[in-house]
Amino acid sequence: MRVPVSWLREYVDLPDGVTARRLAADLIAVGLEVETVDELGADISGPIVVGRVAAIEELTGFKKPIRYCTVDVGTANGTGAPQGIICGARNFTEGDLVVVSLPGAVLAGGFAIGERKTYGRMSAGMICSATELGVWEDHEGIIVLPPGSAEPGTDAYGLLGLREDVLDIAVTPDRGYALSMRGVAREAAAVYGTAFRDPADIEVDGRPGAGPAASVADPGLCSRYVLRAVSGFDPAAPTPPWMRRRLALCGVRSVSLAVDVTNYVMLETGQPLHGWDRAKVSGPIVVRAAAEGERLETLDHVTRALDPDDIVITDATGPINIAGVMGGLETEIGPDTTEVLIEAAHFAPTHLARTSRRHQLSSEASRRFERGVDSAIQPAAATRAVRLLAQLGGAEVDPGYTEVADAGAAPAAITMAAAHPGAVAGVPYGRDTVTARLRQIGCAVTEDGDTLRVVPPTWRPDLTDPNDLAEEVIRYEGYENIPAVPPRAPAGRGLTAGQRLRRAVGRALAGAGYTEALTYPFTGPRDLDGLHLPADDARRGALRLANPLNDDEPLLRTTLLPGLLKALVRNVGRGNADAALFEIGLVFLPRPGAPERAPLPPVDRGPTEEELAALRAALPDQPRRVGAVLAGARERSGWWGSGRAATWADAIEAARVVARAAGAELVVRADRREPWHPGRCAALYLAGDGGERLVGHAGELHPRVVQAYGLPARTAAMELDLDPIEAALAPATAPDVSTYPVAVQDVALVVGPGTAASDVEGALRAGAGDLLEDVRLFDVYSGEQVGEGRRSLAYSLRFRAPDRTLTAEEITAARDAAVAAAAERTGAVLRG
Amino acid sequence: MSAPNNSYDPVEVTALHPDEVARMRDEALAAIAAAASLDELKEVRLAHAGDRSPLALANREIGALPPAAKADAGKRVGGARREVGEAVKARQAALEEERDARVLVEEAVDVTLPWDRAPRGARHPLTTIAERMTDIFVGMGFEVAEGPEVEAEWFNFDALNFLPDHPARTMQDTFFVEAPSGGESGLVLRTHTSPVQVRALLDRDLPVYVVAPGRTFRTDELDATHSPVFHQLEGLVVDEGITLAHLRGAITAFVQGMFGSGLRTRFRPSYFPFTEPSAEVDMECFVCRGASVGRPEAPCRTCSSEGWIEIGGCGVVNPRVLTAAGVDTDRYSGWAFGLGVERTLMFARGVKDMRDMVEGDVRFASAFEREI
Repeated sequence: MRVPVSWLREYVDLPDGVTARRLAADLIAVGLEVETVDELGADISGPIVVGRVAAIEELTGFKKPIRYCTVDVGTANGTGAPQGIICGARNFTEGDLVVVSLPGAVLAGGFAIGERKTYGRMSAGMICSATELGVWEDHEGIIVLPPGSAEPGTDAYGLLGLREDVLDIAVTPDRGYALSMRGVAREAAAVYGTAFRDPADIEVDGRPGAGPAASVADPGLCSRYVLRAVSGFDPAAPTPPWMRRRLALCGVRSVSLAVDVTNYVMLETGQPLHGWDRAKVSGPIVVRAAAEGERLETLDHVTRALDPDDIVITDATGPINIAGVMGGLETEIGPDTTEVLIEAAHFAPTHLARTSRRHQLSSEASRRFERGVDSAIQPAAATRAVRLLAQLGGAEVDPGYTEVADAGAAPAAITMAAAHPGAVAGVPYGRDTVTARLRQIGCAVTEDGDTLRVVPPTWRPDLTDPNDLAEEVIRYEGYENIPAVPPRAPAGRGLTAGQRLRRAVGRALAGAGYTEALTYPFTGPRDLDGLHLPADDARRGALRLANPLNDDEPLLRTTLLPGLLKALVRNVGRGNADAALFEIGLVFLPRPGAPERAPLPPVDRGPTEEELAALRAALPDQPRRVGAVLAGARERSGWWGSGRAATWADAIEAARVVARAAGAELVVRADRREPWHPGRCAALYLAGDGGERLVGHAGELHPRVVQAYGLPARTAAMELDLDPIEAALAPATAPDVSTYPVAVQDVALVVGPGTAASDVEGALRAGAGDLLEDVRLFDVYSGEQVGEGRRSLAYSLRFRAPDRTLTAEEITAARDAAVAAAAERTGAVLRG
Repeated sequence: MSAPNNSYDPVEVTALHPDEVARMRDEALAAIAAAASLDELKEVRLAHAGDRSPLALANREIGALPPAAKADAGKRVGGARREVGEAVKARQAALEEERDARVLVEEAVDVTLPWDRAPRGARHPLTTIAERMTDIFVGMGFEVAEGPEVEAEWFNFDALNFLPDHPARTMQDTFFVEAPSGGESGLVLRTHTSPVQVRALLDRDLPVYVVAPGRTFRTDELDATHSPVFHQLEGLVVDEGITLAHLRGAITAFVQGMFGSGLRTRFRPSYFPFTEPSAEVDMECFVCRGASVGRPEAPCRTCSSEGWIEIGGCGVVNPRVLTAAGVDTDRYSGWAFGLGVERTLMFARGVKDMRDMVEGDVRFASAFEREI
């Protein structure tokens, strides 16, 4: 809502010295979010006055017709002599009142007006157009003021509002009343404790019930419906400059006097109005829900199919308006309209909200109806409009008017403890303060002991609960006066183990050289195709958004990899070829058998166990994953020697880094799974009490995936379920640190093709017994010496006892037992 | 064993003659001094201080002397051996020092050579700043609550007093999840962390003091100041006798803990369906502390010379929300707040473009590879 301060002053006395900025700050303090204060015309200065065109001399011989005008500007030029001015516009005649910038004036943009020779004459000033003065948009020549509206020489600043401070207020959904001068003025009056003059406080004259026939089919759709008419309206009557200027200041384009009046009254009172050409409306008006199949061509030349939930205004021919949202084209006010029918109604806000959304029609009217307009103002607003039509358009107000009202629609009383606002704020307000503040905003308050019975005013449909009233008291008593009292929370338990683990995982991966990315969870078939997922892969069964931002990414991710891979490509593209990224985030896995629609339990009580279970059952699984991708050099080459390229092994190690943060051990087995290279893909298992559980995969990506994503060759990736790792998190227990000497035994074992190193190591560990401290594979050799397809695995076994120095016999026995177990389980042969 | 020979004269044992001992000693000292390297010294040591050196051999003869002569001879030979031993030690130390000085100089390197062999990683600053924000509240005794990102509309809207068709519901620019059939699923990407309020109240015993950091979603196109995916930190307190004053106290404590002691907060009335009364919260600019206001010659980029920085929204939990979560509103009341994590990072650390935070460019996160 744009609020010209001079207009506001018509309804409220602002204290002396209150500037627009001060007013804005004071309104912000009570909850009107003033976003900007526009000081319009602040860069205009010097003499700008009304002039009367005394004589026009047409100059010829130039590229375009030019006029040399003699203009009477009274004594504004200091001499009283007429002013000679060159003018290129042609929309005026001798005797017209125009606006003249005299030499010395400066217009917007530093445009200085002087006396200069042009078209062979001395031109002393400029006859101005609306656009040149910045008062409204108009490209049809200069401003011609209505005859008799001012004397020559009159200062034009006040007349046209050349300098105007305008507040731009972002009105929150609860404060629909502030979408009017009336509402903002009432707030300002309450802020300063000054008088408020209600523009809607006008006598509604005329005979009720004698207006056009109208009925409301369902009071639930429309609680008050008022029609008033004028006849003998002059459709050619112009909108007076002051109204045009105010509309322009509020951001409303001038259309015609009749339309401008309805908009003006809406801005003034907050009540949207509709005007029809009465001659085009036939028969009685009925307000009802639209019928299935009904259509209406609206003012924007769109023929709309109406929904049974839309409220429509009908005449004998059918719908003529979508109530409160947009009028029909057929009954529009036109250049021949002499009879105007004005509608002021109170439509059901929720219907209007749905209609506005359904037809994607958001208008000044619908915004106000949705937020709730004054439920009693309609007769006054309609009366104000027809009076303006009479006054400005030469019309005659019809003596009768129509009002259909639902008596049951009055605001309901709220019962509240007088101390409640104080209890909410933590500031003890006196009862007199509470009642005074509530009365100030228009509430009727009756006191009954410690209890107040409060009837909100008709313009405050947002006031329904005691806390609503508390807010009214607190905001006028000043939010700034609320003290800061530290809360006294009971002793907390700190972060949960899982929450701590997530931080530890992030730190561990960062320490391992991975940089965290927070990628969007949006994905699409192209990303999944790029992973070369089979058609029946569960990861293709993603949840779909009804309204994705990007049509190519309508799905919610089932894997972290596409987001990470795309971020990797971006890094490589930006010249960072050696990038390693990780992400910790949720993926979204539809749950088989989930209900079609999540339930909406009532909100006037807590949900039952069954209702909660049904809500939970409707949600997809949202496991937390950790993913990592890397490409390029894992270690860079430099003066120290050559570097090392990132490989599948780094990806698996990244998974181990994650598991180690939880003290968990991953079991690694060869696997085949997209998007990984079939020969370089590891399945990762978490060993636990109940056996092994698959928690993820790691390895080198399939070359076709690398190609599809445009990744560097041999890009590696891992993705791991974090939830089971969190569940496996156990506190570390202290080891027995033996101070006896270690005995190291190296063994080289030759294994056949297909034997996994992890199995050999597992067998060594199992066979070596309790004396084994550690096993480390320190070399892998394949070549002629060990035979085709065979590998020699060189292990270093470390033995130590907690309580003694091991004897040579003990060490040999343990080593032999380890080798024997490896031989038995994996066919490994000790290399001689 | 024969009886002691008491008639032996010391001069009869040549090796123990005082002149002879002195000669052996001098010879040894000369050889030690002449040793030019540690290897030579080793030979000299063997020759003059070893088990088979002349002095060692002479020492063995002492036993043959008559008792009266033993003490004197032992003193002389022992003194000579000690002298030789000390000379070896001293020479050894001198030669080692010489060697060290030479070798360590040869081994000198350019210690200014760079070392960027190992990859460097970093956590994302949104993660670390959210942790820091969280930890300030954890320090006040709050616990951390969580909720899903795909959320039931009931939790995201209805239970939070967003009535169907209320303008506030459309204000949220919601991503709706489609049902498998293509119809309405009743699921959304949560538009705020506020549904965690309701979850916390349903899952926990009262009183509840929680914060909920998390990802949220709205249908804003990505640009310098908007992202469809962003993060909030929600706070919720439900207890007996809770007031707006406690809310202001908690937020002031947060602001001072995060940005500096003495900073003030400001509440402006606002509107949220799930709080009533509601407020927008501003904090005093931690850079200029208001000094830039009205001084165009010394502008403050952090607060645009306004002196205040908007940090979030808050209010008294609407009793309708408590009712929907099954809380007895006669006994309990509460407050809640929501802070923007991106926004906090932007003004706290001078991030100018939202896109930097979402693109995953390692150069951005790397700049925050430190305690935030």
